[in-house]
Amino acid sequence: MAATTATSMVSGNRVVTVLKDLASRPSGAIGLTLVIFHVALALVSPYIVPFDYKLQNSSLMLTGPDAVHWLGADHLGRDVFSRTLMGGREALLVTGVATPLAVIWGGFIGILFGLVGGRLDEVLMRVVDAFLSLPWILKMLVLIVTFGTGVEVLIPTLAFFYGIPVIRIARAATHDVIARDFVWAAKARGHSRISIIWRELLPNVLDTLMVEGAMRWSWMLLAFSSLSFLGFGVSPPTPDWGLMISDARGFMSFAPWGVIGPVIALSSLIIGINLTADALAKALGIDRAQKAPM
Amino acid sequence: MTTPSFIDVRNLSIGYTSRAGETVKVLRDVSLTINRGESVGLVGESGSGKSTLALAALGYFKRGLRVLDGQIHFDGIDMLDLGRDDIQKIRGGRLALIPQNSGQSLTPTLRIGQQVAEALRLHSELEADEFDHRVVELLTQVRLPDPAALISRYPHELSGGQQQRVAIAMALAGQPDALLLDEPTTGLDVTTQAHILELLRDLASDRNMAMLYVSHDLGAIARVCDRVVVMYAGEIVLQGSARQVLKSPRHPYAHGLLASIPRLSQQSLPVALDGRPPMPGEMINGCAFADRCGIADSTCTASPPPLVPIDTGEHVRCFHPGKISQLPRASKTAARKKPSASGKPDAALVMDDLSITYAKPDFLASLLTSRKDPPATVEGINITIVKGETLGLVGESGSGKSTILKSIAGLISPKTGSIALEGQSPLTAKVEDRPAVNLRQIQLIFQNPDDSLNPRHTVAQILAQPLRLYFRLSGDDLRQRSIELLEKVRLGSHYLERLPSQLSGGEKQRIAVARAFAAEPEIVLCDEVTSALDVSVQAAVLNLLNELKTQQQTTYIFVSHDLAVVKAISDRIAVLYQGRLCEIGPVDAVYKPPFHPYTDVLLGAVLEPDPEKAPKLSADDVVELSPPAQGCPFQRRCPKKIGTICETDTPPAQQMGGGHVINCHIPADDL
Repeated sequence: MAATTATSMVSGNRVVTVLKDLASRPSGAIGLTLVIFHVALALVSPYIVPFDYKLQNSSLMLTGPDAVHWLGADHLGRDVFSRTLMGGREALLVTGVATPLAVIWGGFIGILFGLVGGRLDEVLMRVVDAFLSLPWILKMLVLIVTFGTGVEVLIPTLAFFYGIPVIRIARAATHDVIARDFVWAAKARGHSRISIIWRELLPNVLDTLMVEGAMRWSWMLLAFSSLSFLGFGVSPPTPDWGLMISDARGFMSFAPWGVIGPVIALSSLIIGINLTADALAKALGIDRAQKAPM
Repeated sequence: MTTPSFIDVRNLSIGYTSRAGETVKVLRDVSLTINRGESVGLVGESGSGKSTLALAALGYFKRGLRVLDGQIHFDGIDMLDLGRDDIQKIRGGRLALIPQNSGQSLTPTLRIGQQVAEALRLHSELEADEFDHRVVELLTQVRLPDPAALISRYPHELSGGQQQRVAIAMALAGQPDALLLDEPTTGLDVTTQAHILELLRDLASDRNMAMLYVSHDLGAIARVCDRVVVMYAGEIVLQGSARQVLKSPRHPYAHGLLASIPRLSQQSLPVALDGRPPMPGEMINGCAFADRCGIADSTCTASPPPLVPIDTGEHVRCFHPGKISQLPRASKTAARKKPSASGKPDAALVMDDLSITYAKPDFLASLLTSRKDPPATVEGINITIVKGETLGLVGESGSGKSTILKSIAGLISPKTGSIALEGQSPLTAKVEDRPAVNLRQIQLIFQNPDDSLNPRHTVAQILAQPLRLYFRLSGDDLRQRSIELLEKVRLGSHYLERLPSQLSGGEKQRIAVARAFAAEPEIVLCDEVTSALDVSVQAAVLNLLNELKTQQQTTYIFVSHDLAVVKAISDRIAVLYQGRLCEIGPVDAVYKPPFHPYTDVLLGAVLEPDPEKAPKLSADDVVELSPPAQGCPFQRRCPKKIGTICETDTPPAQQMGGGHVINCHIPADDL
């Protein structure tokens, strides 16, 4: 998980404290359970599924749930339950790699902009604004149509586009921190610029980036599923929730079981990530709303 | 049950459920009554529950807090039994709150007139076409200059004091019968504060309002309150008339609080009140104050003392109110003044014609227009600081005192002039270009330790920074030295692994002091180092700084807006206005006539915790945003201005003897 690797850069002790705090909050406990469940499922699903995900059985076409096929079968007569279990593998792999990449590059550029400041920063941020004003799906489709839809294209594409909003967050966090007295104190002591960035700035910006990363992860998952839904993500017959929903959409009125499985799976993962991000913000003390009482 | 008083809080206990599932009490069995026309002061250190009690009187509780027991009545209405609509009618109407930071509570995008009118719309019977007239009336009542013009201004165009007045006007819009004030003057300049307090005093008596004044500032309380309630750890420990409580406190905590306040009339440092109040939920068997109390004995730790009336009329929660006289009233150790060295004393730091400006020269603008540069923020500062002395820099906000410190530290480059350390060539302007030895010699301590300590660093990491940088210490040496430093600021080695968030305000500032002294500096620059702290903690930090100075022969430059604090610790004082020096001299000379008119104004506004001493308000509390282009910096506010000479000529430096200099056109004999 992006969150834990980044914390370890700050201090070993703190990871444990934060994780304990995270797990002790209801939202954190539920969120973490959901996320861990999905990650574990993605790892073991190929070995535990009851049926082969690509096995087509025309006699089963669009049959409803029964004791053998728990979630029924799709329009090609494939077992929906097996496909649902495996449908998150691709999404988790792509977003699991692309999210840390997005946070790292966006964070790096954002901190840099924040430190440079002045006119250059203004100009660069307007470029970022212009970029963000275009609909994401349009930008992404251009790249995917040009370079193809493989994992090797999807990961850098998602990482690139989801890193751009991170720039804003990292820049704002940097501005907040560099105005504080402890940075001035370090400067007055005569520490080098690198030392100030590394010791004073980074530990304070990382928390914000971690929470941001967790939030980005859930958005990226939705984007990935949307791409699959539109036919630009995973190629058939690989099972994927977005693709499954897209395929079953036409039969929804008389065979709704085709969409129920993947929808529940996808939403539970996204809810899990969001709950975890929420609790993480509280555990790290970023979310001010939790300061009450006193 | 007898008829309730106007504001009547009875046996109130408020608490929250901790994450461990336990009920933690924030207020314990508090009873408080306020009648019409009466003003009651509520005092205590931060965390004593005073704000919680004030908000409870409004029927408001911070998130997570709930009433465990007791009742709150306002004019016979049960505040805990009201529906949302009814309580909203009372709040802001008959019962108004004036919060601490009104500048932040005004809506930045609404004009002043609209904001006040909104309060009228909600809480008065007036028709919309009468609003304008009433708004002007209200603004006049709070003594704002030119109210008719003010209504079309935005909050950011007003000074802090004016914003506070607008907030008071809004509170008055609903014709309140009672005012709750939560630290209404904290953060304002001394002169502004004194003016606002006078206003509140007059308003309360004119309108026969009940007033609850929450503050940690006993000087302010002394000014406006008839009765004082002292809180400690969520309990009332002493209540009585302002005169009794402030003149002869009959509870050791109140006594300690009063003794920890520096006073103008006092030569010595204030007595620190050691220790820290218990955290909410901490198990206490006896008296909550016992572990900090100088007269506590075994009875005090055995069972909690009840709040009982005593013969002089107060209510005291103490077993031994008779023994208070055994406690020290003032510290025996006066601030250690610099040794009256024989011969010429060594200069530690020389500021030569120092000028600083924030305005950046705009190349294009200077080509196109003939507009002159605005006057510099700080100008013409010539001060020589002697080795081992403490120089106090005083003045209101905008006086340039912090700017001068930053310039000495190399964080702001001077426009002209120079700063030099003893016998050396002038320091390079920018900190990046300074040689390591100069960096080590000058250390800076900031106002707010919450901001000057990195929240992600442990105490060990914080102290390691200067030790690694200047002395290349590591491993056991580093640890050893860090522990020595902690002991020097009276903290133990067990603090090493703590984060700033695990320390109290006073402890944090001690760590900041230890970090500065880790460099073994020659000059320590203290920027309002005590103003973010509770009074009791402030006294402890002042004592610590004084002690370290004795041990290390350090030179201090001590910046503060609080004249009593500066007096307690300094050898010499420089009074600044708008970045220009008004007066400089030994402490005793500056605090005695003849005064510079500005020094006189400042001293007049100082509030002493003594109901019999009224401040002397001789100048308006207008805030000037930039210094005048020529003449005396204080010309626009000076109550003793003698004529156009003040506007055209720079005032002469009149030598009063003993290094006491007053920059004023008025002959010294008339000052």
